[in-house]
Amino acid sequence: MSEKMKTYKAHPMSFVFMILSVIAIAVTVLIFVMIVGYILARGIPHLSPKLFEWEYNSENVSMLPSIITTFEMVLISMIIAAPIGVFCAIYLVEYAKRGNKAVKLVRLTTETLSGIPSIIYGLFGNMFFVFALHWGRSLLAGACTLAIMVLPLIIRSTEEALKAVDDSYREGSFGLGAGKLRTIFVIILPSAMSGILSGIILAIGRIVGETAALVFTSGTVAKVGGLFSSQSTLAVHMYTLSSEGIYMDEAAATAVVLMVAVLLLNALATWVAKKFSKGDK
Amino acid sequence: MKNKNLSATDLDAELTKKHRIKNFAENAMHIVFFICACMSIVAVVVICLFMFCNGIPAMKEIGVFDFLFGSIWKPNDTIPSFGIAPMILGSIYITAGAIIVGVPIGLFTAIFMAKFCPKKLYKFLKPPINLLAGIPSIIFGFFGMVIIVPFVRNTFGGNGNSILTASLLLGMMILPTVVGMSESALRAVPDSYYEGALALGATHERAVAKVVFPAAKSGIAASVVLAIGRAIGETMAVQMVAGNSTAFATSPLQGIRTLTSNIVIEMGYATGLHYDALIATGVVLFVFILIINVLFSILTNKKKS
Amino acid sequence: MNNNSDVKFDVSSVDLFYGDFQALKNINLTVLEHEITAFIGPSGCGKSTLLKSLNRMNDLVEGCKITGDIKFNGLDIFKDMEVTELRKRVGMVFQKPNPFPMSIYDNIAFGPRTHGIKKKSKLDEIVETSLRQASIWDEVKDRLKKPALGMSGGQQQRLCIARALAVKPEVILMDEPTSALDPISTIKIEELCTELKKDYTIIIVTHNMQQATRIADKTAFFLLGEIIEFDTTEKIFSDPSDSRTRDYITGHFG
Repeated sequence: MSEKMKTYKAHPMSFVFMILSVIAIAVTVLIFVMIVGYILARGIPHLSPKLFEWEYNSENVSMLPSIITTFEMVLISMIIAAPIGVFCAIYLVEYAKRGNKAVKLVRLTTETLSGIPSIIYGLFGNMFFVFALHWGRSLLAGACTLAIMVLPLIIRSTEEALKAVDDSYREGSFGLGAGKLRTIFVIILPSAMSGILSGIILAIGRIVGETAALVFTSGTVAKVGGLFSSQSTLAVHMYTLSSEGIYMDEAAATAVVLMVAVLLLNALATWVAKKFSKGDK
Repeated sequence: MKNKNLSATDLDAELTKKHRIKNFAENAMHIVFFICACMSIVAVVVICLFMFCNGIPAMKEIGVFDFLFGSIWKPNDTIPSFGIAPMILGSIYITAGAIIVGVPIGLFTAIFMAKFCPKKLYKFLKPPINLLAGIPSIIFGFFGMVIIVPFVRNTFGGNGNSILTASLLLGMMILPTVVGMSESALRAVPDSYYEGALALGATHERAVAKVVFPAAKSGIAASVVLAIGRAIGETMAVQMVAGNSTAFATSPLQGIRTLTSNIVIEMGYATGLHYDALIATGVVLFVFILIINVLFSILTNKKKS
Repeated sequence: MNNNSDVKFDVSSVDLFYGDFQALKNINLTVLEHEITAFIGPSGCGKSTLLKSLNRMNDLVEGCKITGDIKFNGLDIFKDMEVTELRKRVGMVFQKPNPFPMSIYDNIAFGPRTHGIKKKSKLDEIVETSLRQASIWDEVKDRLKKPALGMSGGQQQRLCIARALAVKPEVILMDEPTSALDPISTIKIEELCTELKKDYTIIIVTHNMQQATRIADKTAFFLLGEIIEFDTTEKIFSDPSDSRTRDYITGHFG
């Protein structure tokens, strides 16, 4: 230790550099702790059972309808995005030949999609699903918009997971006379499952936390309805509450539920992915 | 066992039938996989088509110059004006502010994580950074509204809803992007570089700052570009703290409206040309994003080769 | 059609290209039933390539092109047979043991299930006989439901042999099956091969020339994509007619 101090004495700039990076990590972690801590402290005291009643009205801004809508939203977007994303990745990894032009185009567009901000998705969803297809502001319009938004995430994580599957499994399966489909569904997909699952959970996290893409596609009505009725997810619900300005306590309580859900989903995704890499070795 | 290979013709016929069904399934699924693979191409094409086909005619109607460089946004006046110059500047100001706030902290954090962090501590420091990336922007917005806005108001004056506030908040939001990508760029630098510098008598810090960091620069640049993309596209959080005034700002303590906020604030009630002008606003944002995407892929491809 | 049922494989004037690189040149070879045929030769001489052509595993390699005839039981493997059917009848054991990440039981049952056997009792029977044939039954019978990846390397390789046997192939191709194993496991696998010869035809690629002398009836010596000499093992190792064969053999023995 003292030797280190000697070095720092001789090289003061090195010392400054070290101190700066320590400060930076402290600030980063502090920001996280502050946000999470503040939301919890501000919101938990207002988390009353009243906020989980069936009915939403101006006296009781219950979040239950929005929670249910969030589940519906996740379910429908995933029914659309998960198979398409996984199948797309299967094509890219298992079928496409190297240097294939179509594949390059798919990669490029996937990258483009992942860079598009959610407000643009909202705008597009509003033009396309709400108006062009005449679905109106509806659960389905929102879910379709989100499905496109999370597609690149699912494609990429599935692709990585499939690539990580040892080629000897493929050889072994083909060598026994199994066809490509059977090899994919019985051998490769199960081996890649945790990686794929981790990607899907991350995608769910994004859906749960999304606001900008939903305000003008699924709308802000806090009630439970069918595929073609306007409904708000929890995040959108929180946005309406906080922008009205008179329900700050309730907004804080909603924020607690939203944040905890999203953080748990993210932690779960990391955990699932880690379990997979350990189990494989 | 012995005579199995002398398969009679009828057995062969049955096998062929089985194989025909199997081949059909294989080919059919091959096509299904291919169609799914094409979906992201379709999505990008349709998104571009809708954005440009709706936005560009609106720009023409307003006049491209008046739209991009006009300083007055009054969509509801009897003679409406649709100038988004203040918002373009607003987006640029706030993005620049976020970069100034977020990038130095992010880079030093990445350096700490990659080159200073003891293994035992890493386990505890990495999850918060990852989870910070997962916090929804609406939560950041709420936090900014109730904590950073009053803080800026009390410390620097003004009403608190300002460029500065939005920059601080966005700076926090882009941290995980900068940290994550820069850290892996730093880790990808071969140890031999670092060891070479030490062997010449450099301190650990000097070796990191003068050898490892420059070697990782294209990856680090890519992380900054990605962060710019995040910042310029961020909507909810910015809209909640930036004040949203449509005038030009002259000081960082003034409020301002970004391209994204403009869309989210007025989309709810806009009709006719006003609606199309908002799409056109989206087109401008979209073009920014496409440029950033191209920059990003150039930087990441450079890193690979 | 099958006028000569003793001949399992009849390879005639086969050329194989990977892109522009010619990996096999004018290969002619006959493999007889119930014999062990060994392919020897230095690395990169094409012996594994030929082996993989026999059950069309080379199909998986991009840019691979084959000309010439390969007949299996008198049937052209490219024209007269479906590829999965070919692979069912011509099984393969790989250089590195590659059990699937599932239970021992499911590993063995994968093949039969692939080819349409669904009945539990039938599968149980196949699993047991295959494991017995690969003489590994006693070691694993109490842990059939345990993951196969928990076994030792030698056990894994015998499991892979059992897995290949479970689809009741006529020929088993082995691509340096012992190169990743310890000497004791190697001997076990060699004994197994001699045992299996009664019911199956075996073609084995090996780097280890003692292994060829110990187990093979016929040996083919490969050099730079060509078969230099193909004869009984005894002849090849005691009195090779080509000087290159002698150089290779003595070089290694010397």
